[in-house]
Amino acid sequence: MGITVPRPRLNWRERLYLPAIVAGLAITFKHFKNMLLGRTKVTMQYPEQKWDSSLPDHYRGAPALVRDEDGRVRCVACQLCEFICPPRAIKIIPGEIPSADRFAKVEKYPDQFDIDMIRCIFCGMCEEVCPEQAIFLRKDYAITGFTRAEMVHHKETLLEIGGVMHGVVLKWNEKK
Amino acid sequence: MDGFFIITSLLKIVGILFVVILPMVSYAVYAERRVSAFIQDRLGPNRVGPAGLFQPIADMFKLLLKEDFTPRAANTFYYWLAPCLAVMPAIITIAVVPFGSTLFGVPMVIADVNVGILFVFAIASLGVYGIVIGGWASNSKYPFLGGIRSSAQMLSYELSLGLAVIPVFLVVGNLRLTSVVRYQIEHGWFIAPFVGDWTNPWKWLLAIPMIVSFLVFMIAMFAETNRLPFDLPEAEQELAGGYHTEYSSMKFALYFLGEYAAMITGSAVIVSLFFGGWHFPGIPDGSHGWIFGLINMAVFFAKVTMVILFFMWIRWTLPRFRYDQLMRLGWLFFFEIALVNIFIVAAIIPFAH
Repeated sequence: MGITVPRPRLNWRERLYLPAIVAGLAITFKHFKNMLLGRTKVTMQYPEQKWDSSLPDHYRGAPALVRDEDGRVRCVACQLCEFICPPRAIKIIPGEIPSADRFAKVEKYPDQFDIDMIRCIFCGMCEEVCPEQAIFLRKDYAITGFTRAEMVHHKETLLEIGGVMHGVVLKWNEKK
Repeated sequence: MDGFFIITSLLKIVGILFVVILPMVSYAVYAERRVSAFIQDRLGPNRVGPAGLFQPIADMFKLLLKEDFTPRAANTFYYWLAPCLAVMPAIITIAVVPFGSTLFGVPMVIADVNVGILFVFAIASLGVYGIVIGGWASNSKYPFLGGIRSSAQMLSYELSLGLAVIPVFLVVGNLRLTSVVRYQIEHGWFIAPFVGDWTNPWKWLLAIPMIVSFLVFMIAMFAETNRLPFDLPEAEQELAGGYHTEYSSMKFALYFLGEYAAMITGSAVIVSLFFGGWHFPGIPDGSHGWIFGLINMAVFFAKVTMVILFFMWIRWTLPRFRYDQLMRLGWLFFFEIALVNIFIVAAIIPFAH
């Protein structure tokens, strides 16, 4: 049993159609005018305006390696992040610290530490798994390059993004 | 037919086409995007150059460098011919429109033929071939539907288009577009007769059917140029672009150019017929000095720009008609209104003079 939906009865003014057109034109003109006068709030103009200052502290951007206050790379090349990384973006080649070094008891350091930023999914698992608190997700999000090779962050880049992290854990310090 | 005439005609053709019409077309596309953006609370193209003013140039390079794809099943000859057929009529029509008074004694109209408006209709109606042939030659269903819609729509609205201008020529008594403009300079614009013996009440009575005639003509012009309340041949949502679905690269751009060139020539015809052409009250014509000749041309193109902006404003306000509504509107309303309007004007004319 179908239901007949009654059509609305239009009065002559509505049937004339022209008042509706004029009303519509008035609405669009109002929008046009407000835009011209700069009253309309529009979207952020990205490359000129950036939202960096309003990024939350828990923002997960590009992963980066940090140094401690002695200037030592915190990473001890345990390779946990390499194993946990879901898209397998991290590649570490460990090196041995010579016995004469001040931090000889750390034994290992990352000789090479590459993160392929094409593969990275910014999940933050490397940061979570790191026993040394050596890798952090920073607020860099505009990571671009012309080639695939350019998109691989090497150790130097990672350290440059990471900077120095003070007083988180100090277990390799001599005084302890 | 002396050398001076040929040289000035060539100069006028080159000047009007390459200095005015083609840049105007490309900037009409830019303006369309900006106006639509502003109406929809967006910003539109604002990256290339100051306020995005070089966007048309960037678009041109983009379209030139794109792959020019021809579907295998398409009829190649007509497939290539159709975009040209869409552009040429729109550009040729401008020949009879007076775009200025005189400059150094040369009348600023390319061809002052005595069949003026008939030439406009004859050539402008060829524009439908570009769309129909393009739709058919693509050998694809959506363009085919677009082509069919376009031919039916253009045929229907050409009637009202033709009937709507008859009142103008009843009053002027001449088909020449320059004499239409000349008449309006002496007796006032058809839609606002403020010049001459403007206290004559019959002239104001005549303005009422003239405004009706103008509205019918302009709406029919929307339909002729496939602008939005009547853009059924394109109908992006239903027909995926209509007649130019299969076109790419510069051929697509030619369709685009054709649409906007048709819009500009249509606006130029509207301005000449109803808004007094290059006349503005208080500004003398070109015989008083070349500077006034230039000002007259500027006035004409300013008026054309206003009409084009109105076209855009309408486009981004009104939704598309359904096909039966389109046909009903064309055949049951505009045709009758235009027809009755002729008799009303004919009845008023003896008193107005």
